[in-house]
This record gives sequence, structure tokens and C-alpha cells, in this order.
Amino acid sequence: MGELKLMKGNEAIAEAAIRAGVDAYFGYPITPQSEIMEYLASEQPEKRTGMVLLQAESEVAAINMVYGAASTGKKAMTSSSSPGISLKMEGISYLAGAELPCLIVNVVRGGPGLGTIQPSQADYFQAVKGGGHGDYRLIVLAPASVQEMADFVGLGFDLAFKYRNPVMILSDGVIGQMMEKVEFGEQQPRRTKFDEPWMLTGKTPDRPHRIVTSLDLEAVQMEKHNLDLQAKYKTIRENEVRFEEIACDDADYIMVAYGSSARICQKTVKLARESGHKLGLLRPITLYPFPSERISQLADKVKGFLSVEMSSGQMVEDVMLAVNGKVKVGHYGRYGGVIHSPEQVLCGFEEFLSK
Amino acid sequence: MELKDIIKPENLVYKRTECLTDKVLSYCPGCGHGTAHRLVMETIEELGIQSETIGVASVGCSVLSYDFMDVDMTGAAHGRATAVATGIKRCNPEKYVFTYQGDGDLAAIGTAETIHACNRGENITIIFINNGIYGMTGGQMAPTTLLGMKSSTTPYGRESALMGNPIKITELVAQLPGTYFVTRQSVHTPANVRKAKKAIMKAFDNQKLKKGLSFVEIVSNCNSGWKMTPVTANKWMEDNMFPFYPLGDIKVDGELVKK
Repeated sequence: MGELKLMKGNEAIAEAAIRAGVDAYFGYPITPQSEIMEYLASEQPEKRTGMVLLQAESEVAAINMVYGAASTGKKAMTSSSSPGISLKMEGISYLAGAELPCLIVNVVRGGPGLGTIQPSQADYFQAVKGGGHGDYRLIVLAPASVQEMADFVGLGFDLAFKYRNPVMILSDGVIGQMMEKVEFGEQQPRRTKFDEPWMLTGKTPDRPHRIVTSLDLEAVQMEKHNLDLQAKYKTIRENEVRFEEIACDDADYIMVAYGSSARICQKTVKLARESGHKLGLLRPITLYPFPSERISQLADKVKGFLSVEMSSGQMVEDVMLAVNGKVKVGHYGRYGGVIHSPEQVLCGFEEFLSK
Repeated sequence: MELKDIIKPENLVYKRTECLTDKVLSYCPGCGHGTAHRLVMETIEELGIQSETIGVASVGCSVLSYDFMDVDMTGAAHGRATAVATGIKRCNPEKYVFTYQGDGDLAAIGTAETIHACNRGENITIIFINNGIYGMTGGQMAPTTLLGMKSSTTPYGRESALMGNPIKITELVAQLPGTYFVTRQSVHTPANVRKAKKAIMKAFDNQKLKKGLSFVEIVSNCNSGWKMTPVTANKWMEDNMFPFYPLGDIKVDGELVKK
């Protein structure tokens, strides 16, 4: 058994980053995730593992520092919250285009604009549909506990390097700020071999010079690059879908919820069953790739799906695509920084039933 | 004496640096980029650091500089080269890291990244080509466009009341404690090429000393953007650019040069 600690989700990400042997963190303060950089600073990761920590002049600069570090094969990460993630979107598009691995943490707050500092899940579209310009996808992990905040750092980097693709942890202010028990594994060593053919290590006489870029002025070449990207995303969809089912075996209806909303909905499942409703919960752990196939299978045996999100209804569109008209699909959620209660979700479910 | 008697290794007085690729340059005839590329790559060859160098190309005419420079390179988003270079250098302090940027990239869209990389004293080399215009997009006003100078977005000449003033970013970064060597050069005559080469050599040498950032501005022509012949462009540059952007060292070994 590893080391047990009581920690905030944000702090757990930071501790996990050091233990996962991450090479560099570049960030810029924004509520509700500033504890990530603060925790790292207090831990002096340069002494613990040699990890680089740098507070950048902006979110824009931070993501481009990640781009630079990643182009040399280093494990680099950044974190921010919604308005800051919008600023990073340019860099994220370049990272996806240049096929560089990295980890981006979004501790989502209410929007649009400067919005609020309270929790939200309104950045779903931005995270899973691309977000920046061009046809690209991120691998998106949605932690629902402080433990998963920690675990998904290592998982995120494994996936990022496996597919040479940016990975996003899509968290929110609830998971970031709440304290829970978290178990950490042993300290992992930092990477020492940089032997993959895309990594910039300095041109030696035995090989041509290497170029990391997202640019190709030849449209046909760029189309080929896009086709390669799409083939990669297809492989990711076929191999990396992760989800959890709670009380779905005998369910008449299933809620689909991720992150903190899924935690709330676990309680709603209990309340609903006490009131005689056979309600289940499907929790996507990967938002991209989305568990569309599983939802489609379940649509053959249940009467409907309710997407419960702290947004005006974003993931519900992916649920609808998966269900493809087989049964009815609804949405319930509070948003703009308001967190729904299990009882409110139950009311929302009963209203959905009556429609 | 026949030609074959002359072309012998012992008669060789100059050759193209092996740190440039064989790819034909995409720059307009008469443009200073080609010479600046050569000087940077000669420096890397002479220092013997090709295998230890990582370059960062920017957005502008030199967006494809990584095709010509035979070192490992990445292409940064517009204006972000010094942030990208920071990420590379912080994670690979033993490598020589340089950016190659134009005036629009470095002094307009990338001003924040430039100022803060300089202020942090990142131990990198910035090569800054200032031709007072956006070349690649077709001759629009740059942050460094002189007052009165015509461009496709200032067709009647740049007016300070409407479009602000040309920015002397090089003098600006020289004020920051993080810069160790700041100089302004040109590559339009053989004598200036030699001086520019010395400055670039010093800028790369400084990375060994780990004392801060070296910033080499090269005032260059853009005969296509300025709509002049190469010769006229060089003359115009001497008469108009140099009085506003005077050549010479601005900061050496961390000390401002007294004028």
C-alpha cells in the first residue's frame, strides 16, 4: 500500500506530478486551481526530482513553454481554469498539430467570460470537440475524486506519449478544492532516454535534422497529415474508452454524469431507488473517447437517459448521438457556478419521466 | 591555367557552411534573411555545436527557416518563440537554444513573451530580423515601420497620431537586468556582415557563460515589401532605417554601452 494523505484535489495533482517523474510544470495563477503551482513551489520539486517549475507571464506563454519542453521529449504539463484555458487554446491546437505529448489540467469554473470562480462543467464542448482551430481531438479524462486527480496524472502522461497527443484532465472547482483521502504510489524516475525519432535532441551526423511543426503549406500534404490524425483518433476511440457503471444492471433509466456531477448523482441513485425508481448511473471517465458504444448497447434495454451536467447541456449532445433516437434523452443541471444537489437531480429526473 | 587547376582544395578560400541544408532559400533575391541564416549556421559550425543546438523558428518570412538550417528545430506559434525557447532551455540547460524572429513576431504579437524572456534572463540567443514591415503577408505595417513609411495598411504613410510610433524594442530589452548582450547589426555590406558575424558568435558564446540572454537585432531590407530594387532598398535602409535604428552594441557583458 502506498502513502495515504488527506489533500485537496489540486494539491494531489501537484504531488502526483512530482511522483510521476514529470519534467516540467509551467503555469499562471487563476482561481480555483492556484494551489497546484503553490503546492509545487512549496515542495521544491527541483530538489526532489529535478523537475522544472516556472511561473510564466501568461497562460499563453505557459502552454508554449510546454510546447518547447514537449518537443524535446520531456514530460511537461500546465494547469489553469476556464478563462486561462481559452487563452491556451492556440497553443493546444499547435501541440495537437505537431503531435506533441503533454498534460493540461482544466479546473473548470463558471463562464462565459470572466464568469465566476465557482465550479462548473461548461467547458465540455471546448475540451472534447477540439477547442482551438482545426480538426483535432484531445484525450480528455474526467476525475470524480481526489484519488483520480492524482491517478490521472500518470495515466494522462502514459496516454499522451502512447499516442503523441495532448491529454486534458477536465476537472472542476469541486474536485479541485475538496479534501479527500488519497493514496500515492512510489516515486517514479524521470525519463532519461530520449530516443524516439520525433524528439529534438540535437542533430548528430548519423541522422537528418528533425523538425517539430504543425505547418505544411502543401494542401495535399496537410490533408494527409489530417488523415493520419483521424486514424490515430479512431485507434484512441477503439482502445481507450473508460467508464464506470453504477446500478445499471436492472435500470429502467440511466443518468450519464461525469466528475463532481457523477458524485452527486451517486446519491441520487440511492434516493431514486428508495422512491421505487430503477435508476442507474453511467460515469464516463474518458470524455474523449466517449463511451458511445456502451450507451448505444444500454439504449436497447432501458427507457431513457438523463445527462446530468453542471452546464446548460453539452454532453447531452454526445448522449443523443450515441442513443440515436432509440429512447428519450434529457438534460438536467444547474450552472454558472451553482452546484445541483442530489434531491434537485431527483426532481429533475421525475420531471424528465413526466415529459 | 584552366578552371580545373584553380578549383583545388588548397585554393579554397570560402565555402558554404555544412550547417545549411541544400534546400533553395525561399527568400526574395536581395533579402537579408539568407545572409543572416548563413551567419547563424556558420557560427554553429565554427563552435562545433550542431549536435547541441535546438532552434525555434517563428511566423513570418522565416517560418520555413527550419528547412534551411540543418539543426533540430521547432516552429513556434506567432510571437511565442521565446516562450517555446524557454521551455526547451529550462528542460535542456546543456543545449544551445536560439530563436529566429521577425519584427512583427517579436515586437508586436510576441511583445509579452519577448520582454519576459529577456527579463528572466533566459540563457538563450535571440536573432531578431527587423525590416520594418510584414513581409510574408504582403507588406503591411509592422511595429517597427518608420513614421511616414508606406505599407499596404499605411498606403499614405505611417502617422503617429493614428498608428502609433515605431518601437525600439532592442533599446527596451537592453534596460532589463536579464539581458547580457544586446546589439544591433546589419548584413547589407561585407564589412557589416563581418561585424554581424562577430556579434552572433558572441551571442552563442555567451550561452556557455550562463549569464543571461543575448539579443542580436539585424536591421534588414525588404525590397519586395518596400517595393524597391535590392540596391535602392539598401540605400534607403542606410538613409532612413539607420538614423532611427543606429547600428552598434547597446549592452555588452551586462553593462549598457555609454554613447
